[in-house]
Amino acid sequence: MCLGVPGKIVEIYEVGGLKMGKVDFGGVYREACLEYVPDAQVGEYTVIHVGFAINRLNEEEAQESLALLREIVNLEDELGAGQE
Amino acid sequence: MKYVNEYRDAKLVQGIIEEIRRITTRHWVIMEICGGQTHAIVRHGIDQLLPPEIELVHGPGCPVCVTPLELIDKALAIAARPEVIFTSYGDMLRVPGSGRDLFSVRAAGGDVRVVYSPLDAVKIAQQNPDRQVVFFAIGFETTAPANVMSVMQAQQLGLHNFSLLVSHVCVPPAMHAILSSPTNRVQGFLLAGHVCAVMGYWEYPPLAKKYGVPMAVTGFEPLDIAQGILMVVHALEDGRAEVENAYPRAVTFEGNQPAQKMIGKVFMPCDRKWRGIGMIPLSGWCLRPEFAEFNAEKRFDVDAIQSEESPLCIAGQILQGLKKPHDCAAFGAPCTPEHPLGATMVSAEGACAAYYKYGRVEFATQGRRA
Repeated sequence: MCLGVPGKIVEIYEVGGLKMGKVDFGGVYREACLEYVPDAQVGEYTVIHVGFAINRLNEEEAQESLALLREIVNLEDELGAGQE
Repeated sequence: MKYVNEYRDAKLVQGIIEEIRRITTRHWVIMEICGGQTHAIVRHGIDQLLPPEIELVHGPGCPVCVTPLELIDKALAIAARPEVIFTSYGDMLRVPGSGRDLFSVRAAGGDVRVVYSPLDAVKIAQQNPDRQVVFFAIGFETTAPANVMSVMQAQQLGLHNFSLLVSHVCVPPAMHAILSSPTNRVQGFLLAGHVCAVMGYWEYPPLAKKYGVPMAVTGFEPLDIAQGILMVVHALEDGRAEVENAYPRAVTFEGNQPAQKMIGKVFMPCDRKWRGIGMIPLSGWCLRPEFAEFNAEKRFDVDAIQSEESPLCIAGQILQGLKKPHDCAAFGAPCTPEHPLGATMVSAEGACAAYYKYGRVEFATQGRRA
């Protein structure tokens, strides 16, 4: 139930006083409420849960932690190779 | 960066699991709180890739599973009324009440509709001014911002035919209940990533410190889960009871402030009974008195309902991490997703449904860890 799907905001508009947007989930488009991400811009990624954006995804953090994980795995490989 | 494929890189996941294997020196019991993560773990077979010393137990983070039976029975009674359009997330329709489920209410003529978002329920109320529209507002912190927005929107639109049947639950009090139990086995936690996207993780350091258990905020992709487990195992091996963030692209310490503010405006903490577990003090949210007109329990007289649970079902022990689905004599027969005895076999997040769906049926007779 708490599953959220990352999507890219491609359009921002207002419906009945609510900040809404069109979100691209890899080619499938859906409307979502953007009230809880007031600073979100077109082009940004967000996690959508039951029709609401609950955050803005942070690309810098994403790249940094992926790099860290790759480093761990590479180090692992080197250690493994050294032991053989 | 699409935030999906990067986190399904099998080689990277295997590398992280290899690292977990390298640093593990003894048996550790780690609970993933969230049922969505339980499904991801079983679906991707992460539990079987881990070294045998790391035991994952499945937590109570399945709102469909813990919604109390009494409330399901109330939902059934309200949904059966001729003036009502009963709206719900799809998962709730097959959850067994004392006698039947929402599907059978619909089959008997009740107007029960599945909605994707609570704002859809508000729309239905707008389009049907002569009917009473009730939304079954279940969920953890993740779902609360959406559910409270439906109330604000209904108020804004001046709707008098919209109400919520609220059964909201919160993660930290449930963790407190698990950790303070004399039968507790959990030594570390994977925190539910999207609960924390909304709430941040400022609520958890006191719990980690009090009970001496490390925690990692964890996402839902295989790499996220492997990283969360690695962080917790690291902390366990080092003897650190800290809260770390393995999902920083989606979660900040403070969480989503506008969402927390809106939740506080509409909801207030209340005692809540969890199906299979029992009453946990201040573990839920209910509508503030100023929003009483949107409370379906007040609008419809449904107080005196007698509820009865299946005597075979051990969902309560499974939700507390004390037993695994295959420890249940009813698992696979007679209890199946088509004919569930308990809610953990129904939901897309229930542990029993995950074991059933992803072929862990054989363990019912073998037992995995002797």
